[in-house]
Amino acid sequence: MPKVLKLNKGAEEGVRELLRFLLESGKVKGVLTLSKLNKNGAVAYLLITDPDALEDAVPLFPLMPANAAKLLSRLTLTGPANEPIAAVVRPCELRAFVELAKRSQGSMENMLFLSSTCGGVYPLEMATDGRIAEELPQYWEAIGKGDIASETRPVCKACVHFLPYTADITVGLIGNKNVGKECQLFLNTDKAEQLVAGFAGEVGEGNIESPELKQFHGKSEAEREKLFSEVQVEGIKGLVDTFGKCISCHGCSKVCPICYCKLCFFESEVGEYKSTGYDAEIREKGGVRVPPGTIFYHLGRLTHVSVSCVGCGMCTDVCPANIPVATIFDKTSQSVQEIFGYLAGKDVTEPVPLATFEKEEFSYVEE
Amino acid sequence: MDEHFTPNIVGFLCNWCSYTGADLAGTSRLEYPPSLKVIRVMCSGRVDPVFILKAFLMGADGVLVGGCHPGDCHYQTNNYYARRRVALLKKVFETLGLESDRVRLSWISASEGERFKRVNTEFTEKLEAKGPNPTKAEVFL
Repeated sequence: MPKVLKLNKGAEEGVRELLRFLLESGKVKGVLTLSKLNKNGAVAYLLITDPDALEDAVPLFPLMPANAAKLLSRLTLTGPANEPIAAVVRPCELRAFVELAKRSQGSMENMLFLSSTCGGVYPLEMATDGRIAEELPQYWEAIGKGDIASETRPVCKACVHFLPYTADITVGLIGNKNVGKECQLFLNTDKAEQLVAGFAGEVGEGNIESPELKQFHGKSEAEREKLFSEVQVEGIKGLVDTFGKCISCHGCSKVCPICYCKLCFFESEVGEYKSTGYDAEIREKGGVRVPPGTIFYHLGRLTHVSVSCVGCGMCTDVCPANIPVATIFDKTSQSVQEIFGYLAGKDVTEPVPLATFEKEEFSYVEE
Repeated sequence: MDEHFTPNIVGFLCNWCSYTGADLAGTSRLEYPPSLKVIRVMCSGRVDPVFILKAFLMGADGVLVGGCHPGDCHYQTNNYYARRRVALLKKVFETLGLESDRVRLSWISASEGERFKRVNTEFTEKLEAKGPNPTKAEVFL
């Protein structure tokens, strides 16, 4: 039976207190958590070393201002953190970081990962107009009952990986009807048990699986099926209909945790259209879209990231042309990862599919 | 369909096997359709799926990736990675309703001039039957 720490505090307060304890006791030297910027509901990730700065921390706030995996990768790109860090991240952010670590873009050493059974986050556009604050009571009530909160992002509603795979500590949110008053912290690793030793609250045994969690899973599966059947890209015409609106800002790749290349192929000299390129295309087709290469960009990015895409939804969040990028990427990536029997970010020890092979496989593509 | 349609195939052939196999077909004076435009790469493992995509979106009717037979790669194992990449690309195509059979991966060794001819002929005939790639007519790509 897994160990669980029961607290008579609300989930957010409980996590904040735990973080404070970890910092004050010197068990960790830094904490990465979401923190309030102002009263409008804008939050940002903050790396905190001063326990008093935790006052504005909102570790479980349902918004993803950046995929934390990208931030953690920046922090640990040249080597493991030299002091222990506790990071409060969402399951998809954790999965993305696992993928980055496997691709030598970060290190998971010297880190404590706190995650939660995630009920999804709100679209970024709701971050500053105060609407999240209005929605919050409804959010906690819904996921407490094992329902999907309304107004959250479509890919979040359709996410079936809301239970973190590699977190040291998992905060039980889905199914917690009393999230403002009590909470359960599941201690998944020895490291977690050692670190919480000395912290107030009783450690017992418990199971994270609950009827509510099961119900939530069922609802997410149904949402997933619905969303994937709604967002259909069918052939070249379908691609033009969907991605034709793209303004080529490349924002989706900038926020994508998996798109880590310092010099993106599509922004490099090779990806650039020279006048001769326009000439060739005009000669062939009698016209050319300007800016050119949007479909090439999205298809190309799909081939580059689909083995590691975790469907975190950042790309849709930032798209100024309202293209459901994340849904298309999530759907395609799911089918790509399936052929390799792989799930991005689930297992730290499993190699990324394109960095390994079997001698006998995929004979159906050989002709 | 245009009766005289001759497909354009872009072929990425590895230096050590498939390209040499094509050479052998030439020196053996084997006749095959003039549809293949060859780009020599050092290894099929060099072929990033975006190369195939670029050719496909620029209007190539078919894209052929040619490499050494499994186990015979000049660089030991890189054709195995190529196979995974092609499998991935085909899956992406299928999910988005694109014609994945316009992409073909074939192992052709340096001594297989006959096989090179056969692959080329077969692929050409198949593409003739399929007709031109719809990307040719699409300016909004």
